[in-house]
Formats: sequence, C-alpha cells, structure tokens
Amino acid sequence: MAFKINVNGKSRNVDVEEGTPLLWALRDGLGILGPKFGCGVGQCGACTVHIDGQPVRSCALPIEAVGAAKVVTIEGIGATAVGKKVQAAWTELDVAQCGYCQPGQIMSATALLNATPKPADADIDAAMSGNICRCATYVRIRAAIKQASGQKVEA
Amino acid sequence: MADGFAEGASRRDLLKTGALAGGLVLSFNLAGKAGAAAPAADAKLNAYVSLTPDNKVTIVSKNPEIGQGIKTSLPMIIAEEFDVDWASVTTKQADGDPATYGRQFAGGSMATPLHWDELRRVGAAGRAMVVAAAAQTWNVPAAECTTASGVVYHKASGKKATYGALAAKAATLPAPDLKTVPLKDPKDYKILGKFMPQVDSAGLVTGQPLFGIDVVVPGMLYATFDKAPVFGAKVASADLAAAKAVKGVRQAFVVEGGTDLSGLVPGVAVVADSWWQARKGREKLNTQWAEHPTSKQSSAGYDAQALALSKAPPLRTERNDGDVAAGLKGAAKTVEAAYSYPFIAHAALEPMNCTAAFKDGKLEIWAPTQNPEAGRQLVAKTLGIAPADITLHMTRCGGGFGRRLANDYMVQAAWIAREAKAPVKMLWTREDDLRYDYYRPAGYHFLSGGVDASGSVTAWHDHFVSLGNDGRFASSAGMSPTEFPSRFVPNYRYDLSLIPTGVPTGPLRAPGSNALSFVIQSFIDELAHAAGADPVAFRLKLLGDGGMMGTPGQNGYAADRMRGVVKLAAEKAGWGKTKLPKGTGMGIAFHFSHMGYFAEVVQATVAADGAVKVDKVWVAADVGRQIVNPAGGINQVQGSVLDGLSAALGQVITIENGAAVQSNFGDYPLLRMADAPPVEVHFLITDNPPTGLGEPALPPAPPALCNAIFAATGKRIRSLPINTEALKSV
Repeated sequence: MAFKINVNGKSRNVDVEEGTPLLWALRDGLGILGPKFGCGVGQCGACTVHIDGQPVRSCALPIEAVGAAKVVTIEGIGATAVGKKVQAAWTELDVAQCGYCQPGQIMSATALLNATPKPADADIDAAMSGNICRCATYVRIRAAIKQASGQKVEA
Repeated sequence: MADGFAEGASRRDLLKTGALAGGLVLSFNLAGKAGAAAPAADAKLNAYVSLTPDNKVTIVSKNPEIGQGIKTSLPMIIAEEFDVDWASVTTKQADGDPATYGRQFAGGSMATPLHWDELRRVGAAGRAMVVAAAAQTWNVPAAECTTASGVVYHKASGKKATYGALAAKAATLPAPDLKTVPLKDPKDYKILGKFMPQVDSAGLVTGQPLFGIDVVVPGMLYATFDKAPVFGAKVASADLAAAKAVKGVRQAFVVEGGTDLSGLVPGVAVVADSWWQARKGREKLNTQWAEHPTSKQSSAGYDAQALALSKAPPLRTERNDGDVAAGLKGAAKTVEAAYSYPFIAHAALEPMNCTAAFKDGKLEIWAPTQNPEAGRQLVAKTLGIAPADITLHMTRCGGGFGRRLANDYMVQAAWIAREAKAPVKMLWTREDDLRYDYYRPAGYHFLSGGVDASGSVTAWHDHFVSLGNDGRFASSAGMSPTEFPSRFVPNYRYDLSLIPTGVPTGPLRAPGSNALSFVIQSFIDELAHAAGADPVAFRLKLLGDGGMMGTPGQNGYAADRMRGVVKLAAEKAGWGKTKLPKGTGMGIAFHFSHMGYFAEVVQATVAADGAVKVDKVWVAADVGRQIVNPAGGINQVQGSVLDGLSAALGQVITIENGAAVQSNFGDYPLLRMADAPPVEVHFLITDNPPTGLGEPALPPAPPALCNAIFAATGKRIRSLPINTEALKSV
C-alpha cells in the first residue's frame, strides 16, 4: 500500500506493505541509501535517522508509525547548520575507517549537539553508545564531536 | 600469518606508454616471479596514472578498500614521486582485473610492503617522462629541469610548463628504466607522511552509495538465502509455496550446493521485489535440514577433548630445542597453566551481500570483497563458466577483518541470479552473518615454564591443542615453530594435538597472532611474577641483546626493534613511575606480526563487582622508516587496539549441536563509545622498509589488558573472553 512520508523536506509516496521498517522503505522504496542496515533490531545504530529531530533507529520503526513526522536522513542533515559542522569535523579529522556506520554516527552526533551544544564526555558516552563502530573509530568520533561543538580537541 | 599472501620478491620491469583520451597514460607492468615451485605466487601489477591537459591527475587504486585506507594511501605513494599536488589528484577504484592491475587483495597487511618501492618508481617514471618532454621542447638538458606541484621548470631560461601541457608529448617518449629512475629524498616529501583524509571522506559523511549494499542495477530483484544452522547441512524440505505466497516474492528455490564450506553451501533462496519482502517470504519457508555428521559437535565437547588430549602424548612435536624436562627440573621456579580462547566472529558491520546479473552466458558482479580474483575463480568453477566471462566490480566494503577474503556470498549471489534470470542483490541478515562465518578458531595451550634465580627463562613447553582434520591445521588455527619465544629460550618444546571440527574457520585480523599473543604474553607475565621481576625488565631480558634472529622477511625476528618499542611504550606510559590507586593496574605486552613490532601498555581499573574499565592504552610501533598516511595509519592502530580489547572483553561464538549460538549484537557485544579508552600512538621510526598497519597493533592489546587486570587484582585471566564474575572482590 502507499504511504506518504516527509523525507528531507519533501513529501514522498512509497509503496510498501504495512509493517515494513522505515529503513527498507527508504532504501528499497525510495532509493535513499545513506541509512545503513547493520543489525535489524535497533542495536547498532547504522540506520539512524531523525524523526522530528530525534535520533531513531529506522530498522525497527514500521512505516505506518511515521505519519506526518519529518524524517531527515544523512542525505539531508547537511542542510542544517549543526549537521554541516558535524560533517566538516568528521572530514577534517578523517574519522571514518570503512565508514559504514558513520551516517548513523553523524545523525546521533548532530542530535546530541542540537540538544547539548557543548557536550561533556559523559554526554557523548550517553548519546553515542547506541551506535556501534566495528572499526572502533571512537577516539576520533569523540574528537570530532568536540571539534564541531567548538571545544578543545585532545589528540 | 599472511594466509597465502606471501609474494615473491624479485620483479621484472616492463613499462609501456600510450596516449588515451588526449592525456598521458602511463601503464606499468611489473611482473613478479616467485620461482617455479610456487606458480600461484606469480604476480603482475599495473598502476595507471592518467593526466589531462588541464593538469588533473587520475590515479587508479588497485586494491579493495575495506576501511584500511588503501584507496588513499597507494595513490599517495605514486603522487609523491610524480611530484604533483595531492589536491590535483582524483583516485579511481579498479575493477577486479589482475591481467591489468596485478594481484588485488586486502589481506596480511601486505599492501604497503608489496607496493612501497614499486609505486614510488611508477610515480617517478611518470615524472621523468614529463621532464624529458619539457627538455626536448625547450632543447635543454633534462638534468637542468626541476619539478614542483605538477609543473616543470628550467631555471636558467626561466621556462616553465604544466605537466598537462606536456602530456601529449610525454606520451610519445620511451619510458625510463624503473630500476634506475631517481627517487626523492624523503626530506622533500610533500604528500607522504602528511595527514591526508581519505579520498571518499566527503562521500562517506553525506551518505553517498559507496558500498556493496548500495548497488542498484536496472531491473534488480532482492534475495535472501536461508542456510543450515549446522554448517553445510543439506536442505531436507522447505515450503517454497508458502514463501511464494508472500506479496512481492517472485521465486523461491532450493540451492543444492556442495560440501565445501568455502564454496556454494546448500540453502534456500527467496527472490522478491524488495529485500523486506524476500525476508518475509523466507520466514514462511520452515526449512528442515538433513542430519549432518558434525551436528553433535560443541564448544563444551572441544573443551573436554582438549583437556583429555593434553594428558596424552601429542600428535606430533613441532619443535624441540634443548631439553625441556631438564630445563624445568633445573629451574628456580616453575609455572604450569592452561590457556584457552574461543571462536569469534568478524561481524563486519555491512552484512555479507553481493549483486550479480547473468545474461547470455556472461556474469557481471558487484561485490564488497577483499579477494576478488579468488571470488571470480570460485564463481567460474561453481557455475561452469569461463573466468573471462565474469566482470567483477569492487565496491567499498563496510568492514572486512578477513571475512571478505572468503567469497561464499559472491557465489551464492551469482548462482541465485542465474537461477532467477534477473539481476539480484543478495543480502544476509546479521543473524546469517554471525551464524555463518569463517570464525577465528578456538584453541588451547597447556604450558609449563621455568625461570632461574637470575630471572631468565630456562624452559618453555607448550602442548598446543588446536583444531584440524586429517592431521592438518584448520584454516588460521596454526602456530609457527618460530613463534616467540622459540629461539629466545634454550629449552623449548612445542607439541601439537588436533581436534577434528566441522566449524568453518579462517583468517580474522592478525590471524593466529590475535590469539597466540594473549597466551604467550600472559604466560611471560606469569613467569615474570614467579621470578619476582618487573614485567618490562623481564621482557627486555628475555629479548636478549641480539639483533635479527632468523631470516629477514621470512621467519626473521628483530629483537632489537622489539626492545625499542617495549622501552618506548613503557616510557610513554610512565611505567613504574606512576602511583596507581587500588584496583588499578598497568600491563604490558608485545608482539611481532605482519612485519610490525608492537608493544602496548594498558591501564585498567577493576571495580568491586568485577567490571573492567580500560583507562588508557599506550602503543609503541615500529613499522619502518615511513608512515605513508598518518591519518589512516593512526586510525588503524587505534582501531586494532580497540578491536582486540572488544574481543577480549566480551566476544565468544559458542558452538552447540554443530551450530553457532550467538545471533546478533545483543549476545555478541561489540565495544561501544562509553567503553572506548583513549589510545595514544607512538611510532618509533627506524631505518627499515615501511610495512603495514591493518593488523599488527591488535595482538598485544588483549594480553596487555589481562596483565593489567593481574596487576590490579592479582587474578590471572587464562581464558577469553574475560569473565568479570571471577574478578569480583565483594
């Protein structure tokens, strides 16, 4: 059946069955491939998108639960000032190794900075621990969040 | 430890040039001969550098990118000697094409040692040709010309020209001899050794479709593949009709498969308009699996067999130096200990997937693979088509860690696509991924060792009980007779016994070493404490005062290089100089693998409830005279260390009834942000050829942590993963 959802500021129609996770509606239905599939059960965070500004695991959210909420993916986050800063910090510090988890990391980091513009280490731990980086780039993720928030970055 | 990636050393040079698309194409063919005995090690390498009149340089990156940064670092080597600005360079991912590019793989941390010399010469030869073109154009001696940032200068006449302007002429000139082409003095490097963010950085942070899972082909369908929990078991029955009744499901069929666990294994394919539909269809299959010979095997069974084998004479003795019995008898102190480690999975974050399209007898494949040519050969053999009829595109891999050296998922996608008569993207679930892996094999070491009154190790006996069938090690389950501390202990004996297994095993980042280092460096720590010695001083004494032990590049072990990193790691960590609170300790470990010398100090705190917190890690590394790209290099070291800690702190794949028990990140935990300590990396620059960084930082991390836990609690970890219950002090 057809669902109308708002993605990255645009109204989109997607034809999927009820119960289809938002992740697969985005990826296979709309060709929005930035959100990644990692676990399918909301444990790794690779699929993280924003729903009305909140970080949500799209692999575990059925399409019918989206309703009129605004969905923003990694493809759209650069249009916000904070998202753009986070992406720039990620690039400058060369955070990624394989990079597969980084769309989700950036979405979680952007949500953190929106809520807490100058996060302490404990804030970073709390906000980012739902996102697994198998390459374990955590040292640089932490540094990039601090850099994007204008805080001192330790080497 | 390179798992088949050893490569012949001598190389024959052949250099061709030709004009293409109005630019200069330098085609370098460096074919290697490893000797008649090993024709499989014959390697050809072609690097392509192209240049357009507007002075833009394109450099092909030949190897698979799995996060190790190779798509950036190999082109950097060429660009440095070509003497162009890195900003003017665009890199291009090669297809799987060994006839053009030579051997292409991501494994064994081999790319830097294999390409360091050749690719510098490739770049330098290009520069020489552009200089020759300028010299002819200006009628001046080439020796009077200089270059900088893609421009040739002749100072005396004040002439200058961009490489791009000279490209057409340069392409008509003979190529210089690669062996004698002049190379830069490293002090003049402008690219090598500089922090260069990886070339895909912008694409990665904006969600561009770079990975295998992102491949979209016109008319493509989506597939799932249901495999047996017991590795390799055949399909007994499946409700194909029920699967096909699910909306969007186009086809469901049994793949008979074979018995080779690295080939096409039996299963049931469900093909649908979307992956979610294929997954829903799969849920209806209710596949029943045939009884399989290995269905009674279990981790508990292996444990029991190992214990029994440890008390029996070994299958064989792999090394026997001096007289271990006498060495133990004459020791001032002896220690006996049984060590073990479990199966672990690779758990690359991008689940195994591959896209394939079969048309008119030809196959096109888009694969996130570490080992493209092996995949092509497997697919060709299994499907009965010629390798030349397979086009293989290499996508970026969402992690490799050795998992994608096997190409089981590639042959599955190819088979399903041919059966389905449509392009197919086959994608596994996380559960599929954790339950069908080529696991790091479990292993058991029954050790005894002795130290004399002066704190020297007099005897070392390891009865290694490993996995293997028919008297041969299972893949990556081996230990070399030259593994440390053999050659450093006068009385050394290594006995071997093998347990038959039906569990597929294979290389996982620093194969062999990732487990052996835990055993060896922990037991050395036990001996140090038995001798009443400081663990750093004890290790330095064990390493002796010699230099290279054995043959460099083969079984060679440079004791002096190892002493260098042990001292550096201890110094940077403030070893013995820092007063640590109760419950906190420092541990040290070192390990040589993949041509790299690494020593690491871990500081850890153990809480009253047994919880382990890693406070900090200090790494000292000797990988030679040049770090190609510190951006990727430091990242690899930090990631490898945390990878090792992640495994030690919680990862185990348990086998029950012939199958893996764990299925997702709930029961197979990976390290998360809150548990990731700072990792300080120090490179000790020595005058040795540059070597790789994808793996060798991992092995010392688990034992350094376990030794820190001993320092903090007095409790010795002899089995992984670390059991925090046993560390409780309340």
